[in-house]
Amino acid sequence: MDLKGRSIVSIRDFPKSDIQAIVNKALEVKSGKWAGALEGKVLATLFFEPSTRTRLSFEGAMVSMGGRVIGFADPNVSSAKKGESLSDTIRTVTGYCDVIVMRHNIEGAARLASQVSSVPVINAGDGANQHPTQTFLDLVTIQEEFGQLEGLKVGMLGDLKYGRTVHSLCRALSSFNTKFSFISPPSLRMPDYTTERLRDSGTPYVEVGDIGELKEPLDVLYVTRIQKERFADFQEYERVAGAYRIGPESLEVLGEKVRVMHPLPRVDEIVEDLDATPNAVYFRQAHNGIPTRQALLGLVTGTIQ
Amino acid sequence: MTKDSKLKVYALERGTVIDHIPSPLAVKVVEILGVQHEGIITIGINFPSAKMGRKDVVKVENLKLTPAVTDRVALVAPTATINIIEDRKVIEKRKIHIPSEFRGMLRCPNPNCVTNQEDVTTHFIREGEGSKPVVRCVYCERVYKQPADLVE
Repeated sequence: MDLKGRSIVSIRDFPKSDIQAIVNKALEVKSGKWAGALEGKVLATLFFEPSTRTRLSFEGAMVSMGGRVIGFADPNVSSAKKGESLSDTIRTVTGYCDVIVMRHNIEGAARLASQVSSVPVINAGDGANQHPTQTFLDLVTIQEEFGQLEGLKVGMLGDLKYGRTVHSLCRALSSFNTKFSFISPPSLRMPDYTTERLRDSGTPYVEVGDIGELKEPLDVLYVTRIQKERFADFQEYERVAGAYRIGPESLEVLGEKVRVMHPLPRVDEIVEDLDATPNAVYFRQAHNGIPTRQALLGLVTGTIQ
Repeated sequence: MTKDSKLKVYALERGTVIDHIPSPLAVKVVEILGVQHEGIITIGINFPSAKMGRKDVVKVENLKLTPAVTDRVALVAPTATINIIEDRKVIEKRKIHIPSEFRGMLRCPNPNCVTNQEDVTTHFIREGEGSKPVVRCVYCERVYKQPADLVE
């Protein structure tokens, strides 16, 4: 795998072997092997849409490995406000940095940026489309917990229709002989194009409306937030959200060894009583954003091989 | 229908005949080919067909359309056949090949796709190998099962 000079736009661009190699590299970084590797490198963070935690994770990753950061966090101060095209903004910024991290509300913006940029572009979210570094950090967390990605029983719970993270994670894990369980209200089911792809590739999955319907314990339960704005009726939202809340008592059904993950921020879909259990890995998962992003920044700038 | 009777109906000195177009898509095929202003075009709609029940035919005089051009109709008429005519004889007969990608000829219907927000040439990739093409926008990655609806 040689990622030097390559952009990280979509999980779709990476074959299984590359995904596994990137995950392994992130765990090497976490073990301290590549300390200081980004020294002398400059990262430009272009956040056309605000996202404080993603931006801080990238900036923290760069700085703690010896690199420097320039950029903007508020789209109102960028030249896009003056009517400059995205392509021109990117062409200009490439002269100031070694790598670009970009978040944009428009889908496909990162793909376009990667086509006009002379330095690698890392997509930190393009609308409802992709957020590949989130997927990589999810995979790093699973690898860390189980020592492998192969052959796990993975449940996904909550908003599976609009949840960008579950779509990408599902795509990535489907190459690793995963057995999926999708748990959601009928109105927020996994989209047909995702389940059709699983069927076509012979990947086993079940769809249920409640964790009580699961036939066997899970290795991983990936929880997502059900957002109020998806429901016209507030009472309906309250009823549905209540049915998809995970707490210590859920472990009886999910299995004592299940690892509960969440992309954060959570609201109340995981009750705080679960935090102290060994099953709760969501904060470790968030912290894995640092070594994962460091590995990707190092690989695309050629400072990590 | 025999070859002779076919030639009587569609007599063409030189040019291209696009046959076996599902009815009533002949006008759409002309649009996709972009030959509206390229001389005489004859459009036939609802001809009887043993294979298809009804079919449309488009006849383009004096132009020998290349596969790169005729393959564009794959989105609406993957069953169409192409006959290249010279001196009233069919000198080449070929089927439509469904291209693996489409640049600039489809419009992404996702209003939040960058191709609808910035000056970008659209680019779609064909997904899967079925006879009914399904396409994916390279930019916003949405998949469309009715790509004929996306023709600009």
